[in-house]
Amino acid sequence: MTTFDSHDADSPVKDTIWKEQVSPIDSIPRPIAIAGLGLALVLVWQLVTVSGVVSAIILPSPAETWREIIFVGTNLVSGGYMLGALWITMQEVLIGFVLATLIGVGLGVLVGETRFGERAVMPYLIAIDTMPKIAFAPLFVAWLGFDISSKVALATFVSVFPILVGTAAGLNSADRNALNLFRTMGASRWQTLIHMKMPAGLPHVFTGLKIASLGVMAGAITGEFLGGGKGFGEMIRIAASQLHTPRVFALILYLSLLGLAMFGTVSLVQKKLIFWHKDSRDAGE
Amino acid sequence: MIPQRVKEGTPLAAPPVYTLRGVGKTYARRSLVALEGVNLDLPRGSFSSVIGSSGCGKSTLLKIMAGLISPSAGSVILADRPVLGPRRDIGMMFQQATLFPWLTTIDNILLPIRIRDGRAAARDKAADAMALLDLVGLRGFDKAYPAELSGGMAQRAAICRMLITEPAVLLLDEPFSALDELVRDFMNMELQRICLEREATAFLVTHSIAEAVILSDTVFVMGARPGRVIEAVTIDLPRPRTLDMVTSPAFGRYVTHIRNLLSTGSQS
Repeated sequence: MTTFDSHDADSPVKDTIWKEQVSPIDSIPRPIAIAGLGLALVLVWQLVTVSGVVSAIILPSPAETWREIIFVGTNLVSGGYMLGALWITMQEVLIGFVLATLIGVGLGVLVGETRFGERAVMPYLIAIDTMPKIAFAPLFVAWLGFDISSKVALATFVSVFPILVGTAAGLNSADRNALNLFRTMGASRWQTLIHMKMPAGLPHVFTGLKIASLGVMAGAITGEFLGGGKGFGEMIRIAASQLHTPRVFALILYLSLLGLAMFGTVSLVQKKLIFWHKDSRDAGE
Repeated sequence: MIPQRVKEGTPLAAPPVYTLRGVGKTYARRSLVALEGVNLDLPRGSFSSVIGSSGCGKSTLLKIMAGLISPSAGSVILADRPVLGPRRDIGMMFQQATLFPWLTTIDNILLPIRIRDGRAAARDKAADAMALLDLVGLRGFDKAYPAELSGGMAQRAAICRMLITEPAVLLLDEPFSALDELVRDFMNMELQRICLEREATAFLVTHSIAEAVILSDTVFVMGARPGRVIEAVTIDLPRPRTLDMVTSPAFGRYVTHIRNLLSTGSQS
């Protein structure tokens, strides 16, 4: 008892006097901090390449990479063959994303809304979800051939699960009062789904869509690595096999811009559609 | 089932609109008797409350009356027809306003119409909804989203949504208990005004003795294990009730009486 009291006497209250401790690095304005860190990284990159520790084939210099970025960019803007390749990859990504959304929401409703779906279908879906989905790529190529469809299939397969899980979780997020209220209104199951459970679950669905919008790209590119074709992934593969590393870096950069545009579009749609949800309102920022 | 009729010449002014006879609820799996032998008569245009400690089965009772769960014994009759499920002549209100944030206030109010009769019917009722907004003092808030309403305003909108279907009875599940006390008192007086104006039959579940006494014609005091009505206390205070009445000796006697009933009920 006495030890307890004495411990209480020199409690940490005395030590933690209300003092705002902000380190100088945290007081730098955000844009300057971001730009500064970027510049520092490029500087380190330049130093590493100049020092000759790493061969130029493995890590090209910033200047060389920049030249390649300009070259690829010029080709894209002037409507060269790279634009054709980008268009093919974009098609795979977009079709894959639309299919994943349709299948993901459909299965999500089945799993979230029916006892059968929850009890019988869900275990299979979890089993499939735990598999490394990229490993299915050779199978899709074998089944669907070397054209765009095998890449679309892989892109869909990789991105469908987050949407499915988001939809099922969203439907189960409806609160008890709202469910009781709909019952007192005499609403059918379908009406409850359309007028209440779906809108209430949309924030969850969009969380899934955002994760999917990033995964769909990885699926399409992996498909192209293994299944050939004429897309951006194939161009990366060829450039890498020719040890043309600056080209690889440049192509990855443009792919990431495509991914950013996808993610940004989904966030924007979310912000417009779920204007009433606080986290979603802030999503576009 | 033939409803219980009030005999000719009885002093009761109005016949009961809501009648419960021997209503019980047993959860066989947990061998729990949640309710036993509940008899209630709610005269048309009356205000009744049920009060009791937690777990006395008052929520179960309300759900049975709303047709959300079925009783294991007894009969529930509303407007000469047995209650076998949710009905449009039953209006309900919960502790939370449960407005849907993606709908404007007026669309929230019209939702029960839209669900039952479709979009066109809801459009036709828009004028009624506006009149209800006037009634609860929310004129001009029809286009506002629920996020823009305070807690009290949201509950006013919920009142409108309950009234839009012109229900025969209002079932109120602690509707203002999430509001702070000043707003709550005010909302209770508003509720009384609305009920008197529309000659509504209301049934309130509450934890507050004072709230039950100030609002009700009859307070049903419930005891637990098994949940049952110990006494129906008739509150003989003039209408309309005012908040000043809480200081009157009669009010104090009712509160004391009900408190004694509750404490003996919980000991059993």
